Amino acid sequence: MGLKKYVATRVATMFGVLMITLLITIVLVGSNMDSILKQGIAFQVRSEITENPATAEGFTSVEEFETFVQEQIEARTALLGLDEPWYSPQRIGITMYKIMLLDFGQATFITSDSGSSDVREIILEKLPRTILLFTTATVIISIVGIFLGALAGSRTGSVIDKLTSSFAVVSSSFPVWWVGMIMIFLFAFTYQVFPARATPEILPDEPGYVAALLYHMTLPLITIVLIGFGAWAYLVRNFMAGIMQEDFISAKTAIGIRRKKIIYMHALKNAAPPIVTILALSLSGSLGGAIITEAVFDWPGMGRLYFEAITVMDLPVIIGATYMLTVFFLASIFIADILYGYFDPRVRTSS
Amino acid sequence: MSHAAVDAGGLRDTWREILSSRMGAAGVVILAALIITSAATIVVIPVETLQEWNNPKSWISYPKAAVPAWTNAVLPQKIPEHMMLDNPAVSERAVAVGDTTSMITTTEHEFAVDYRYDDFPSDFIYSFSAEYWGSPLLEMSVDRPDGSTILLLSKALPHLAADRGGAEGRTDYGGSTPVHSERIFSTDSTMRKNIAMQAPSIYKHDTSGASTEDVLFSDAADGSVLQGVYTFRVTVSSLEGFDMLESRLVVGGKAFGIMGTDELRRDLAIGLLWGTPLALFIGITVAVASVVAGLLYGVYAGYRGKKTDEAMMRFNDVIYALPALPFLIILSVTVSNSILLMVGFLAMFGWVGVAKVARSMSLQIKTRGYVDAAETMGQSRSKIITRHIVPQLLPYAFASIAISVPAAITTEAGLSFLGLGDPSFPTWGQILHDANTFGAAARGLWWWMVPPGVMIAITGLAFVFIGNALDSIVNPRLRRR
Repeated sequence: MGLKKYVATRVATMFGVLMITLLITIVLVGSNMDSILKQGIAFQVRSEITENPATAEGFTSVEEFETFVQEQIEARTALLGLDEPWYSPQRIGITMYKIMLLDFGQATFITSDSGSSDVREIILEKLPRTILLFTTATVIISIVGIFLGALAGSRTGSVIDKLTSSFAVVSSSFPVWWVGMIMIFLFAFTYQVFPARATPEILPDEPGYVAALLYHMTLPLITIVLIGFGAWAYLVRNFMAGIMQEDFISAKTAIGIRRKKIIYMHALKNAAPPIVTILALSLSGSLGGAIITEAVFDWPGMGRLYFEAITVMDLPVIIGATYMLTVFFLASIFIADILYGYFDPRVRTSS
Repeated sequence: MSHAAVDAGGLRDTWREILSSRMGAAGVVILAALIITSAATIVVIPVETLQEWNNPKSWISYPKAAVPAWTNAVLPQKIPEHMMLDNPAVSERAVAVGDTTSMITTTEHEFAVDYRYDDFPSDFIYSFSAEYWGSPLLEMSVDRPDGSTILLLSKALPHLAADRGGAEGRTDYGGSTPVHSERIFSTDSTMRKNIAMQAPSIYKHDTSGASTEDVLFSDAADGSVLQGVYTFRVTVSSLEGFDMLESRLVVGGKAFGIMGTDELRRDLAIGLLWGTPLALFIGITVAVASVVAGLLYGVYAGYRGKKTDEAMMRFNDVIYALPALPFLIILSVTVSNSILLMVGFLAMFGWVGVAKVARSMSLQIKTRGYVDAAETMGQSRSKIITRHIVPQLLPYAFASIAISVPAAITTEAGLSFLGLGDPSFPTWGQILHDANTFGAAARGLWWWMVPPGVMIAITGLAFVFIGNALDSIVNPRLRRR
């Protein structure tokens, strides 16, 4: 199979998966969403009448008044397209068509910090923050992890190797969000070094916002790095330990190349393919797994947006956020696969 | 047949291999400890504590957000421990009054409180329930370590007559005896007045304005805490028969038990103990279900090959590409958050990876001679899969089960932490969720936050250790030393 055809099939599959994901989301959330919206309309109509007693005075009987209210409710329901059930092909068709055009519509309850309820604007506001925190964390984790792993892998059985391996196993057993809680307890309340809530108090357009954001970012960043780098180091260590046993390394040692140069130039270069693959996977994958971590630190990113949207059943936002999370997730799998195939010829032919 | 023998031998070898690696042995030891804890919890701790976990009534005698009692061992200032005394020394007397027909029976309950702390108790509550007729007299007094005695209360209990009686038990009177329950608090206004009247003759310091417990437990000279044995004495005198059913004195403190209590007065030791079987149940059920499902799916796809394989693997790709956590959140919000359904949802996302590996392994195995031979002999497809292919994958399956358990436990804990778990069970995630809701971090309630997370990690570690040991059996290339 040629590369073009392979990529085309994969992209088609990914598109299919994306649509299925969104369809399942609509199916799961749709019915709840509809009943919430209808209640909202009924409430709105009645409160408008209470605010303007003049409209109610024109009616002679209670029945007449009730029919008027009912008509108003029905008119508005039809206006929003809620007269059709959520599972009608028409409504799902329109929603899916709009999604394909990246039109997620207006949020029902949630607004962006600047007050807009356009889902796209909300997401564009939250996404950079998630990228800022989690991508920075992933970059730091991978750098620390690669060097520590290379060091440990080149001296298997040494103290540093044992320390790295045990730290990796122990640290990855703790849930990140729990460590976050403990970090907040220790460094926000017991020793008041960092703020407990990661959302800056000042608005984005005020001066000093960037500095405030970075200051608020420190504690979550430290937590994610602390929990993450061990596993990375362990992974790199295992690759390195394998490569250090290869003949060409022994040969290079024999001809008298310095050990440091061997480790960081030759061995690490050979361990690069799987490392780069995993880096690609974790860079884009880090964005999806942030829901609980962002909830703990109250970081105003995609994860918290998603959680808030689900708790208030804001379907357009849920769809928009699911779309973004799924796209990142799929892209990460895809990029990792391509990179892996590129570096490892055996995979390329078998696919 | 010989198959069974071979399988058992294989399993025994696997077992020996796990125990021979230091990590594997450590994992097995931890897991055994967790299983013993779970079994002990189920057998020893009454199930009511699990059912009543969210019922504030059943925790009413417990202290609010109390630190574990063992912290007193390291602290220079001893925090008052919460005392719940249920077994008073009981003595009964009967004295004839006037003619021989009427007797005054006196029931005396004595609670010895050995108070050796550096702070006053937060309060004390005497609660009782009793069967009686008429209107007995209740007296409550305290003998202090310095020898003085303070009368706290002397009052008549509400008059109970036959028509008010419940259906509990029959007595010689021919009707059912009525039951009265009451809780006497240290904030009782009569108690305060009584103490205010007696205070000047006992205390040298000014006691006006101080609460009952602060006066009662203070040194007569300087008003600091007076340590020693306090005897709380409750005496009930009755003319017509009195039977104490329950009698309990609670001296409120700020330290309690091994693990302390939370804001809702629940004993955290009980929550953590129940969390162990729950976590093991969730983790092992999810892991076994998803590995078995994935194994059968993958093996079947690999064995059938061609179009079936292609179609099954495409479906597998779709499930693999679904973002699991967002979906789990949506499912728990829209469908149900009951613990059994959560287990099902978790398994739904867990089988995919196993299926992929099982497929490629079965592709290799089916090319081997003995599978061909079995096919030529005309053995049925299901028999070939279960007899010849699946046994070969068992070590891999065990390793996958061990490795998937921590992920299942952590994911469930994470969902519970977000408030999407089953609130009726004290899972570790649920305890952490409650801790977070009540601001445990801000208020420094470390005993509420630290143990559940440590338990999650320990349980995870046990399975990771076992999984790693098994993994080196499955992939001998990884074995190195």
